[in-house]
Amino acid sequence: MAEEIRIVLRNYGKIDPLKIDDYLAIGGYEALIKARSMDREELIEEVKKSKLRGRGGAGFNCGQKWAFAYGAQADQKYVVCNADEGEPGTYKDRIIMENDPHTLLEGMAICGYAIGANKGYIYCRGEYPQVTQILNTAIAQAKEKDVLRDFDIEVKSGAGAYVCGEETALIESIEGNRGEPRIRPPFPPVSGLWQKPTIVNNVETFANVPVIVDKGADYYASIGAPAYPGTKVVTLTGDVNNKTFFEVPTNTTIREVIFQFGGGIPGDRKFKAVQIGGNSGAFISADLLDTPIAFDAMTSIGSALGSGAIFVLDETRDIVDVITRVAKFFEDESCGKCAPCREGTARMYELMEKLNSGQGSANDIVLLNKLGRVMSYSCLCGLGQAAPTPVLTTIERFSADYNAKLM
Amino acid sequence: MSYKEILASYKDVPGGMIEAFHAIQGQYSYLPEETIIEAARVFNLPVAKAYEVATFYSMFSVNTRGKNVIRICESAPCHVAGAADVVAALERELGIKMGESTSDGKFALELTECVGQCQATPVITVNGKVYLDVTPAKIPDILAEYK
Repeated sequence: MAEEIRIVLRNYGKIDPLKIDDYLAIGGYEALIKARSMDREELIEEVKKSKLRGRGGAGFNCGQKWAFAYGAQADQKYVVCNADEGEPGTYKDRIIMENDPHTLLEGMAICGYAIGANKGYIYCRGEYPQVTQILNTAIAQAKEKDVLRDFDIEVKSGAGAYVCGEETALIESIEGNRGEPRIRPPFPPVSGLWQKPTIVNNVETFANVPVIVDKGADYYASIGAPAYPGTKVVTLTGDVNNKTFFEVPTNTTIREVIFQFGGGIPGDRKFKAVQIGGNSGAFISADLLDTPIAFDAMTSIGSALGSGAIFVLDETRDIVDVITRVAKFFEDESCGKCAPCREGTARMYELMEKLNSGQGSANDIVLLNKLGRVMSYSCLCGLGQAAPTPVLTTIERFSADYNAKLM
Repeated sequence: MSYKEILASYKDVPGGMIEAFHAIQGQYSYLPEETIIEAARVFNLPVAKAYEVATFYSMFSVNTRGKNVIRICESAPCHVAGAADVVAALERELGIKMGESTSDGKFALELTECVGQCQATPVITVNGKVYLDVTPAKIPDILAEYK
């Protein structure tokens, strides 16, 4: 029987998030003191050795990323926290920030020391004004207690743009511009915010860092799947009994997440499909439920763990209708910078609407497949590259739903 | 505070135009044309550039809209939980369609993508305040808070 392990949510419900004294009383900011007593290279090596990988979706080795920024020569470097969680069905970063904001500040300050940055930004989505207030309170208290010393943190608010979850679009938005992704390279650890070396990590990634420093890389690396160790906070939505969040070790299977933690499907209905990782995730059929949620296991079944959103559909759901909605999302959220995404997401939605209204033909499905493949390798950023995934995976795995709606 | 004073207070904030626009909308509910022109002047940018920013983000509006902005999430988890029924109820109750404002200037109706409150769908927000597990039956009471 799989069990929850709380690392990033270790203080959930145990402290008053608006009182720094509560956080300090349970050993808060001691990891930062320990980190600052370490040699910078030794600290980065420890984070590398923990095999902590980015929890925002890309799964890059966190310590390796820090090493790039550490090695870059510049008069100024930045630490940026990506708190622009916009994947439908995802609210894990909000849970972390609402309940334990100092964990995030501490993780960022450790990163700041490691790479030699004295300035941090938290880019918090515009839909979370209450979280921005909590973060500002926490920052003010941390300044008053002088726990961050020379490391300064500022909250920047987004204004409703899913694409700003892409790190270079996020950087553009902090600079006050339209949130359009940059052409890479250069990557942010070399040239990011205001052209300075910048680390952009997700909220959940930073929240792991104090534990790694406190308990050591070996402890962390021993939890969950060896190549993607630690835990993942998952949020369950759709046709599932427990629509809530859980923090589970990364070797937990999809089946355990849905049927054990999630309590299964409501009523006597059967499972039909699950989309993991948000709107750009693959739809997974029943035969793949014993796959662990770990990054590489998900990749091996043509899926992605992404943000950890778990969207469950029961047997009564019409896949084509749901995918049409998903396709509209990408048409709405495409930033318009590159043609394959701007045009592709619009045509994809158009074709899905045609199929969903019973006006589509088998040839439209062929067209969708072709369009999706082209977008997956020609779009500039992850938004456009991943937008076709739900369409392509459902055409492959749930063809009966499509065929039932053909003209 | 006048919009000129608001913008002046963000003049020295690097990348401050987005925050300034939030503050202006807090007063006007949208971004009147003169505020965009003034923003361009304050941040030393072409007007086109300020307009680009104002029109990129879904929370900003360059058109007049009602004082209380109601946003209904239409992302997949809310969609399967019955968001369309909530949309219909709001349109019926206010006598306007999505994207429109009431003639008394009190309410604006907008569709939005995920607002990150997916533990209790469908979800709507009014001026950023979150309402969970919304049903058509709950709409009159929610609107009454703002009348």
